[in-house]
Amino acid sequence: MNDTEFALTLPHVVAGTMVLSLNAYVVLGGADFGGGVWDLFARGTHRDEQRSSIAEAIGPIWEANHVWLILVVVLLFTCFPAAYSHLSTELHVPITVMLVGIVLRGSAFTFRTYDSTHDKVQRRWGRIFSVASLLTPVVLGVCLGTVASGGIPMRAIADLGALTFADRFITPWATSPFAWAVGLLTLVLFAFLAASYLTVEARSLPVREIFRRRALQTQGLLLTLAMLTLVVARVENPLLFTGLTSGATALGMHAVTALSAATSLWALATRRYLWARSAAAAQASFILWGWAWTQFPWLLPPNRTITSLAAPEISLQLTLGALAVGTVILLPSFVYLFRIFKKEGTVFEQDR
Amino acid sequence: MSDLLFARTQMAMSLAFHIIFAVVGIGMPALMVIAEWRWLTSRDPIMLELAKRWAKGTAIMFAVGAVSGTVLSFELGLLWPTFMEHAGGIIGMPFSLEGLAFFTEAIFLGIYLYAWKRISPRAHLAAGVVVAVSGALSGAFVVCANAWMNAPAGFAVVNGVITNVDPIAAMFNKAAPSQVLHMTLAAFAATGFAVAGVHAFALLRGTPHRAFHRAALQIALSVGLPAAIVQPLSGDFSARSVAERQPIKLAAMEGHLKTGPAAFVIGGWPNAETLEHTGAIEIPGAISLLLHGDPNAVVQGLDAVPAEDRPPVAIVHLAFQIMVGCGTLMAALSVWGAVRWRRRRRSIGRALPDDRHFLKAVLLAAPLGFIALEAGWTVTEVGRQPWVIQGFMRTADAVTPMPGLVVPFTLFTLLYIGLAIAVVFLLWRQILKTGVTGTPIGMTGEMPIPRLTPRPGLTAQHERH
Ligand code: HDD
Ligand code: HEM
Ligand code: HEM
Repeated sequence: MNDTEFALTLPHVVAGTMVLSLNAYVVLGGADFGGGVWDLFARGTHRDEQRSSIAEAIGPIWEANHVWLILVVVLLFTCFPAAYSHLSTELHVPITVMLVGIVLRGSAFTFRTYDSTHDKVQRRWGRIFSVASLLTPVVLGVCLGTVASGGIPMRAIADLGALTFADRFITPWATSPFAWAVGLLTLVLFAFLAASYLTVEARSLPVREIFRRRALQTQGLLLTLAMLTLVVARVENPLLFTGLTSGATALGMHAVTALSAATSLWALATRRYLWARSAAAAQASFILWGWAWTQFPWLLPPNRTITSLAAPEISLQLTLGALAVGTVILLPSFVYLFRIFKKEGTVFEQDR
Repeated sequence: MSDLLFARTQMAMSLAFHIIFAVVGIGMPALMVIAEWRWLTSRDPIMLELAKRWAKGTAIMFAVGAVSGTVLSFELGLLWPTFMEHAGGIIGMPFSLEGLAFFTEAIFLGIYLYAWKRISPRAHLAAGVVVAVSGALSGAFVVCANAWMNAPAGFAVVNGVITNVDPIAAMFNKAAPSQVLHMTLAAFAATGFAVAGVHAFALLRGTPHRAFHRAALQIALSVGLPAAIVQPLSGDFSARSVAERQPIKLAAMEGHLKTGPAAFVIGGWPNAETLEHTGAIEIPGAISLLLHGDPNAVVQGLDAVPAEDRPPVAIVHLAFQIMVGCGTLMAALSVWGAVRWRRRRRSIGRALPDDRHFLKAVLLAAPLGFIALEAGWTVTEVGRQPWVIQGFMRTADAVTPMPGLVVPFTLFTLLYIGLAIAVVFLLWRQILKTGVTGTPIGMTGEMPIPRLTPRPGLTAQHERH
């Protein structure tokens, strides 16, 4: 972060809430996408068992998990309408692709679940579900990466006229190596989360072993890709690289992320699955907050801050008020949901 | 077609698609909960079976509702960035509340669908009630946002800049009460009639499970009939509200082309250029009488504003007539059904009318609610044109600068057609077919995913925590 003079204001609180909500989406909804990826790559004698473990883990909760994304969008257009309008104009193309992915993923999964006859049709739903689960996170990551690298600055109306269609709507995201690196990172992160969670939720020991191996492999891939992303940032956007790597807080973020990664590796190696699950979630969260911190106080780098794009004070106050009331209702509901369906997760004693 | 037209058509298509699933998401949980409640009070296994089957259908519809709604929340920006830039801070409030309602709905629907055996029967029923209530609330909130586009409130424009934003006044705008009431009733009427039609069809075809389908028919009618009877009254309330806030929309609805005493125009085709009707039946003074209690009262016609401020009158008029026609038929059928219901109860003790005439009428009426629903939204939305925010922002000024909108339009059209086919296919294969013929009662087990038998050794252990 830079050291310009700065006071914490209401818009910052809302922006923080949005990152929190995105955090929940990554940690919960991201794993649902990752599940679809593992469905695609399910191989060998335990293939069907892997698939049913995945479906069982996703089934009751994906719709609730998905609402976190909607919450981010609603907060964005309520509290930062100009940013919402700008992003959805400049990123029209990738957002549309992402939407198609979201639609296909959700509906194909449900259709497969309720299409009780085991035949070709059902397998086709499964294929759509898993391919959509693979592509959507990449595009989501590309969008975030484009924003983070300042690829779509707000421009004066006069400057817009000079741009061709490709200059404005395609090039900023399609040709930025950084954006695609973030896209891949997102995919691997989601797959890693899913594999880590599935070690807890697998139905049998062989399947659990498979997911343990997958988690270890993706963790390796994740660390490699993270390094690669930094290198790309360094070449493509030195300013971003400086943000990512200098200052006590940025380095602190890297430190806790690395610590979570180490914990995850240790837990997977020693088969401490509950630890592995928590460490994976922590690692994903720290990566996200690391990005948020780098970007702070800019909402649309390089030229618009969080405060400059905020809606009137009263809109922010009411929204936060509604969220506060909502939290009182929703938090216990969420705990209830997860307690009903994720209880079996407590397999820890058995494994020791 | 121009980009603007593609954008409008894409928006209309997405909403017309989403609204079907949204309405089912409001109506079905009510049916499901009634059936489950009857199961708990009467221990009639048919009721449990019914609740489970309906829950299965709801799950499919809900998933499509959720994904199509997600598309909408992005589409508002993808297609209408200028609109959202100005409106977001003003009407974000109902959208945020809607988001919270979705959350509640999605959480408890997950519980309802998958936890039949994991929680107590009462807790399960309560989860269903939460789904029903939060579904109705989310519909009400989003309609408040839409009502604001018809009756903008809660802000001031000073030198072209929006100030004095008051999201609460914006949410409780003048159009909100009538629209929310009318929409909620529409959801129950449309779902009730459609479900009743399905089961009437089974009874007509002859089915080994008469008791099952009779029970279903009865519950569906008990939700659909009252709503359909009240709907015309609520529609009258809506029309009065439109007359006050959007007189030109009213003129387009009624096909009232020239300012003066307003006739009730039935059928025909209004010509927007010559301001003449062809082939219509007119009841002179009827609209003036309905609105003002005086057949000679002057009502603004389409000619009261310049041509560029008029909505496409023919579409609005036609859609309005379709809605009112469907509504009248539904209300008439409902009154007929209610009267016979009472008579039969007095004479033979079996309340539900199930002779073939009545069943056939119910079958024919099944799609009417959904037709009226789509027609009604066409009235509201097309009748607001050329404005996206009545009197403040034109639709043409709100559209995205992104060219080539034909591409996303085609993409989403194909997507929605595919989804629609898939949903119909699934519902047919899974629910109707098995419900009408084969599958003995009692075969619908747990939802497919949850483990039927807990892993030995695990459940017992963690119970201690
Ligand atoms: C089952 C569905 C259904 C039925 C039977 C009816 N309607 Fe309707 N109508 C709707 C479903 C609907 C709707 C789709 O839900 C709308 C669109 C916006 C709204 O608030 O409700 C609507 C809008 C709407 C409007 C415009 C409201 C506005 O722009 O704010 C009017 C004046 C009426 N209706 C009037 C009627 C009358 C007089 C009916 C009587 C027979 C009737 N409707 C039956
Ligand atoms: C009159 C119009 C609308 C009504 C009555 C309505 C109502 C509903 C209802 C009842 C649901 C619950 C899902 C279901 O049961 O299928 C739903 C889902 C949804 N709607 Fe709409 N809606 C309308 C228009 C819109 C618009 C304009 C938006 C976009 C801003 C939107 C966004 C959503 C979203 C994001 C969901 C998914 C929520 C989830 O995941 O649970 N809806 N809608
Ligand atoms: C769910 C039922 C709805 C249906 C079937 C529906 C239908 C339509 C139609 C037919 C149009 C095109 C009008 C024209 O171009 O002539 C339209 C436009 C639009 N609608 Fe709706 N609408 C619904 C609800 C909503 C809601 C709840 C919102 C927002 C809160 C909304 C926002 C818009 C916007 C922003 C446009 C584009 C601008 C305009 O054409 O005025 N609609 N809709």
